[in-house]
Amino acid sequence: MMENVLHGKVWRFGDGISTDHITPGRYYHLRGDLKALAEHALEDADSDFAQKAQPGDIVVAGKNFGQGSSREHAPLVLKERGIRVVLAQSFARIFFRNAVNVGLVPIICDTGGFETGDEIEVDLERGRVRNLTEGFERFFTPLPPIMQAILADGGLVPHILKRGGFQWDSTP
Amino acid sequence: MGYTLAEKIIAQRIGREVEAGEFIVAPVDVLLAHEGTGPLAVEQFEGLGRERLAVTTLFFFDHAAPSPRRELSNVQKRLRTFAVEKGANVSEAGSGICHQIVTEQWAKPGQIVIGADSHTCTAGALGAFATGMGSTDVAAAMALGKTWLRIPQTLRIEIGGELPPMVAAKDVILHLIGFLGADGATYKALEFGGPVVENMSVEERMTLCNMAVEAGAKAGLCAADEVTHRFLEDQGRGEDYVPLSPDPDAAYERVIELDASQLSPQVATPHFVDNARPIEEVEGMSIDQVFIGTCTNGRLSDLRVAAGILKGRKVHPHLRLLVGPASRKTYLAALREGLIETFVEAGAIILPPGCGACVGVHQGVLADGERCLSTQNRNFQGRMGNPRGEILLSSPATAAATAVRGQITDPREFIG
Repeated sequence: MMENVLHGKVWRFGDGISTDHITPGRYYHLRGDLKALAEHALEDADSDFAQKAQPGDIVVAGKNFGQGSSREHAPLVLKERGIRVVLAQSFARIFFRNAVNVGLVPIICDTGGFETGDEIEVDLERGRVRNLTEGFERFFTPLPPIMQAILADGGLVPHILKRGGFQWDSTP
Repeated sequence: MGYTLAEKIIAQRIGREVEAGEFIVAPVDVLLAHEGTGPLAVEQFEGLGRERLAVTTLFFFDHAAPSPRRELSNVQKRLRTFAVEKGANVSEAGSGICHQIVTEQWAKPGQIVIGADSHTCTAGALGAFATGMGSTDVAAAMALGKTWLRIPQTLRIEIGGELPPMVAAKDVILHLIGFLGADGATYKALEFGGPVVENMSVEERMTLCNMAVEAGAKAGLCAADEVTHRFLEDQGRGEDYVPLSPDPDAAYERVIELDASQLSPQVATPHFVDNARPIEEVEGMSIDQVFIGTCTNGRLSDLRVAAGILKGRKVHPHLRLLVGPASRKTYLAALREGLIETFVEAGAIILPPGCGACVGVHQGVLADGERCLSTQNRNFQGRMGNPRGEILLSSPATAAATAVRGQITDPREFIG
């Protein structure tokens, strides 16, 4: 589905980025038009991002990324902008699940020392992030097997279609 | 070792023993979505190719109620059509906020409730395991009747002492979130108990559970007891009651003891909920708008407290006061008690039951540089429709006192 080594340029965000920052409520009416909604992605945290982010760029944030509302449009607009992976010190749980469900990779790792514009390489298989600009590397813990399985199938809908349900479900 | 409330509910529903940290698949009893999250859930459900809904499915029109834009009107129309075809239940605009209605009419102690809205945890007040998810997780449950969960570790919040006058459940939960931090309970369940919680009404317990997610929690829960029983009887569904409490030897990750007697009214300052502080630190700050309502504090007991302060007084001329009852039922009860008349006479604007003002969809949008004191649960930047506005959070009593004075005011000044 997805190659295991991703290269990209960092967009750096701080702690507590909420889904209101990522997809502001004033664009509620655009939820049916993902492309239009994505033009405002993260607008309230960094208006440059909404204008200038390029496909393949990587969002790097501090603690509790994606806190707040359950709106799945938050990971979806990032994906729509060509973001495939988000690195954060920690994630809010609904965003974390939503990201996996729509095929956006959330990675929990120490994000200190990453700055906007840094070139980085994320190796999903080895669980390693290299900051090529600053010349350091960090390791991260892989996702729980359930989430890995969903991501490997490209998200929850393809997962269920392929497996006929949750792959690990032993209930009748 | 015994079970916490969360563990007990999940163990009962899946019919085997469980352990915190374990990944399980569980049946879903009730699920909800609204016009902001429902369309995507429907799209994903249709992508799954299943004909039938596998679970009681509730759609609420509350975030844009009544709809301010044709895009949202069309979304509601589409959900209505799907609901008729598939047998989902629609709660039309004006009926009320999803979490209020789910707790009044649908959720039962011991159930697993999921919702495509982060404040689905509100129904934990009845002793249900209720948690917010995204549209795709909800779509999967619509198709399969199940969801997957990691059984959360539980933080027991033991609240002792006695709440002082004009200090409320909202002050307790704001203080707790300030203490835990916005990610202090991520992936965990918050279980509220102790003498103060035992003496709280279900309405107050809803305020506690509603904001569990603001500390990152997966669920907030209270035991189902005689208070719960009476609440369900008042809703005409006493037969839905089953008693439910954690085992005395339950294994908690941590027990946090709070002494309510020591608590001041709390205010959370911009732009994070965990910026909670005692009112003494922010008294006198000028405010442009006050909003009393939402799934956190738009219930009858909240409106009574606010009306008690506003009765015979006027809203400060430099300030706008918005009041939104949480449901039609609340609205009618407030009308019959004369509370609505009190608000209108004081100069308030009455909003239809709904979420629009809190989430920035419509009604009460702030101007650049304006400051709103609200009884809602979130003060994130841009939340009320303008990233250049500021939101502070408080109890209904503090909000009403502030509406009278035009600046943040300690409601204890209005005692007696």
